[in-house]
Amino acid sequence: MAATARTVVEALNGALKRVPVLPLYFVALAPGAWLFLAALTGRLGFEPMKALEQGLGLWALRFMIATLAATPLLDWTGLRLVRFRRMLGLTAFYYALAHLATYLALDQQFGWSFILADLAKRPYIIIGMAAFAALVPLALTSTDAMVRRLGAAAWRKLHRLAYPAAAMMALHYLLLVKSWTAEPLAYAAIVVVLLALRLVPRRAPRRAAGRVAAQQA
Amino acid sequence: MAYRPRLAAGARILPSEITPKEVYFNRRALMAGAAGVAAMTLLPDAAVAALETTPSPFSTDETPTPLEAVTAYNNFYEFGVGKDEPARYAEALTTDPWSVAVDGLVARPATFALEDIVPKVQEERIYRLRCVEGWSMVIPWVGFPLSDLLARVEPLGSARYVAFETLERPDEMRGQRGFFQALDWPYTEGLRLDEALHPLTILATGLYGEPLPNQNGAPLRLVVPWKYGFKSIKSIVRISLTEEQPPTSWSRQAPREYGFYANVNPDVSHPRWSQEKERRVGPGLIAAYQPTLMFNGYEEDVAHLYAGMDLKANY
Repeated sequence: MAATARTVVEALNGALKRVPVLPLYFVALAPGAWLFLAALTGRLGFEPMKALEQGLGLWALRFMIATLAATPLLDWTGLRLVRFRRMLGLTAFYYALAHLATYLALDQQFGWSFILADLAKRPYIIIGMAAFAALVPLALTSTDAMVRRLGAAAWRKLHRLAYPAAAMMALHYLLLVKSWTAEPLAYAAIVVVLLALRLVPRRAPRRAAGRVAAQQA
Repeated sequence: MAYRPRLAAGARILPSEITPKEVYFNRRALMAGAAGVAAMTLLPDAAVAALETTPSPFSTDETPTPLEAVTAYNNFYEFGVGKDEPARYAEALTTDPWSVAVDGLVARPATFALEDIVPKVQEERIYRLRCVEGWSMVIPWVGFPLSDLLARVEPLGSARYVAFETLERPDEMRGQRGFFQALDWPYTEGLRLDEALHPLTILATGLYGEPLPNQNGAPLRLVVPWKYGFKSIKSIVRISLTEEQPPTSWSRQAPREYGFYANVNPDVSHPRWSQEKERRVGPGLIAAYQPTLMFNGYEEDVAHLYAGMDLKANY
């Protein structure tokens, strides 16, 4: 069983190595483009602005989760998604940016007094804005040149901002629904698990594979 | 009764003049298109009986929200928490036969068959509806005053509140089944007796001149236009008069956020969001905002009920 799993992971890693990253941006941003077109053409129901705003926010959270999953997947299964991590993280940022723009332009319609009041008083707005603010430096320093300029250690330290950003994104979602409903709780649970896995001592992929084999024996 | 209805300009306009014509035409198309009401299309048109109504001075002259939006964008957690889920799943509900128990502190408790409490000729009441979530609609309800029904059971002097209960039938209400349920069932609501007897408070059996679609709370629902929408309980099976303030679903769920009164009030924020403005539900991507009015615009009619009361404390 474990041997099969290892073969599958190795095969996947081999296949993933040949996948070019650039076209994946278009795939990743396609749901957002679809949401926008659907909203424009009256296919998002009777509150299209809300559906668009929530849809974009949800995709930001999903890509953030995918970004955070890359390292644990490598540690625990040996699956190498790390090559796609920048694409996933940047996509999360683009969705967050589109979500924020929808809030400012279509939801609040640039009513700055309402926006500032929201920002001062509404915890879910404060948390959402803080999450976005945390994503900005990560997006700005996502290039290879910036990694070199900052140095790997400092860059890695800065990019730990992704952890509070993801937590705040999940909390932002939890706080804006009328009551406890399954979906935001499920997303929050996934983020908690992905963050908690980082507290567990890391295992090298080889050791992880050995552990699975030991369990099978 | 000292109450005098406010006769707004244009209030006596006929429903047929108010309701956009295309909305009535679209209803046929909608009915034919919706798989959920396939059975209705098998019947001759006359079988989709228009309800007999008279216009009401309580109606607003604002343009009603299109029927498609009123029947496709709903909160009815018994059928799921998504806005589109009631329209998709409420067809499973059996609304005939239907009976309503009216009991508690009354001289003549009874269980009525629905047809025994609905008058032959009802009123059309075009009311604003403001949801606690921040959106609003204008809906031409068909109904009759709750006070008419309460008069028949003769409330006792000790009765101070009216408690309402929605049907609990997991077989037909998919939101009441499964691992994750949004609320404790059955859904319950309540009013103070004077609120219940107020002439604006109605039991509705229809909208847009026809029987209520299931997703809108068929066959009998409460409509209290000056309170947030969740007070207007749907698919009612029990009405009990009580001495104590009855527990209500949303205030049991989150007492800090949803109170017993739940009067529409732009000055009292929900703990997590502002209630100063509202979005009129409609198909456009550019949302139509308007300021939320005190008591949802029914201030002249109902403010006296709360004279001297701290509305921030009694939210």
